[in-house]
Amino acid sequence: MYSFRTSPVAMVSALIAVVCILGAAFSHWLAPHDPFDLASLSLMDSFKPPAFSPPVGGIDGDWSFPLGTDDQGRDVLSGIMYGAQISLIVGACSIVFATVVGVAVGLLAGYRGGWVDTLLMRIADVQLSFPAILIALLVDGVITAILPRTMRENLELYVIIFAIGISLWPQFARTVRGSTLVERGKDYVLAARVIGLSSSRIMRSHILPNVLGPVTVIATLNLGLAIISEATLSFLGVGLPPTQPSLGTLIRIGNAFLFSGEWWVTIFPGIALVLMVLSINLLGDWLRDALNPRLR
Amino acid sequence: MLPFIISRLLQAIPVLLVVGLIAFAMFAYVGDPVLIMLGQDYTEAQRVALVHQLGLDQPFFVQYAHFIWNALQGNFGISYRLARPVSDLLLERFPATFELAMTAAMLSLLIGVPMGVYTGIYRNSFLSRIFMVASLAGVSLPTFLIGILLILIFSVDLGWLPSFGRGDVVHFAHWSTGFLTLSGLKALILPAVTLGLFQTTLIIRLIRAELLEVLRSDYIKFARARGIPDRAIHFGHALKNTLVPVITVVGLQLGGLLAFSIITETVFQWPGMGLLLVQSINVADIPVMSAYLMLISVFFVVINLIVDLLYFAVDPRLRTGGRPGMAR
Repeated sequence: MYSFRTSPVAMVSALIAVVCILGAAFSHWLAPHDPFDLASLSLMDSFKPPAFSPPVGGIDGDWSFPLGTDDQGRDVLSGIMYGAQISLIVGACSIVFATVVGVAVGLLAGYRGGWVDTLLMRIADVQLSFPAILIALLVDGVITAILPRTMRENLELYVIIFAIGISLWPQFARTVRGSTLVERGKDYVLAARVIGLSSSRIMRSHILPNVLGPVTVIATLNLGLAIISEATLSFLGVGLPPTQPSLGTLIRIGNAFLFSGEWWVTIFPGIALVLMVLSINLLGDWLRDALNPRLR
Repeated sequence: MLPFIISRLLQAIPVLLVVGLIAFAMFAYVGDPVLIMLGQDYTEAQRVALVHQLGLDQPFFVQYAHFIWNALQGNFGISYRLARPVSDLLLERFPATFELAMTAAMLSLLIGVPMGVYTGIYRNSFLSRIFMVASLAGVSLPTFLIGILLILIFSVDLGWLPSFGRGDVVHFAHWSTGFLTLSGLKALILPAVTLGLFQTTLIIRLIRAELLEVLRSDYIKFARARGIPDRAIHFGHALKNTLVPVITVVGLQLGGLLAFSIITETVFQWPGMGLLLVQSINVADIPVMSAYLMLISVFFVVINLIVDLLYFAVDPRLRTGGRPGMAR
């Protein structure tokens, strides 16, 4: 591993990322409270400030709610852990989706060439000239409008994964196409063609493994973007419903209490989101530099 | 140069037609305008009459051509939510978004370019490292969170600046401006900073990266060998050659500003086109959505064209009439 031990930034961000991911993945066991368990909620606990802050509005903090509580008496820390899980799932799934679509399109365009290449890359270019968040917003809005009202809440998770994934595929496609064009001319591909393998077989088992290197870097760099996109859509109110609160939903709900002084309901989910995305981005940066021999 | 502009315009037409097709498909297949317009009680004869009157019984491509023809004349239909012509709604809200985006772009250039040049030239100084870390935070902070933090600090805690709306505006015919009143200017500060911060960090990182790349090249080494002072090398030789990618990104980011203004406008309840779009998406107001889609693609095409034209102004190799591929 190139310079991992000598790069303190990479180590710290890896540590934060691991803590975030573990905390999110095992939130059911690790979180101090279950925000979905209505029986454990008490309105007496509502709007408790964080345990370490001075009393707000005459209410003292309480160490059983380290980051305070919201209007319903739900623990903010537990909400963050459950919400981070949803944010990470949506982010990861949409990146996987974008990668699969992008790699498939890139391989096809690069290997076939001709009008297939021109058409696919033209589509990618046009989409790239629009900001990803705008595409995700419109795709999400249109699909939600098509779905019958009763199905919306159940399917919104898949809709948002689809919308964000679709908004991110062109970058993967262009990178893979570029590397495929290089690989196509090499002798091993020629040899595979000579022994009569089918095009799809050559693309899948010969070229694909050789073009995946840059894809992992782009996937890592885009994971943070996907998580932010999901949070943004949920913040705008077009993303996940309040029954599946991601970090963005928590921030939107908490935003309503900003003016009455209960800042912790929205600020702590925000800090969690930034820490998670920042650590993932730093890891991605490090990975890119580590794999780029020119910068060594 | 003229053939270039014409070919660019010709290329833009199919793109706009496809976007129009998507917008039309949304318009035609999402929700049923006939049922919405008829209300609760209607007879089959009324329904058929309305379908005929709206032209919905005609073939798909006739309807599509009709739709494009109407759009070209600025007729985008009527908003389901507000029961007013979409073109009026967009026209009314355009000045707010335009002023916000322009102010944010100016801010990001005025702050981003000097900081980028500094971090590029003095790449190892302490201040540069601080700038880079700060810019990374700017890239990682989502727009809406920056807005919330600014509101918390400057509106809730300090009470210096308003947290929502445009303040007082002055009207000139179809245009409304907040530049001329004190409350309008105060209301503009927080949204413009929020919107411009991401672009600023992007410009810093881009200029730095380009400068580092250029400063490594042979002609800079040669200029140093000739004993040309650093100042002339940095500003005369290096900075000029970083301009082409910078113009591309800044130009394309102008479109990005329009998109991210959706988020900023929602946070600050800024009465622009972005807020209109979000409100429309929340209630599936399809005519507004499809009109917004078409309008914004026209903006993008125009911006791309202007960016291409700026290349000619900056890069003399393109002006000589030779093939650009040869010159490089």
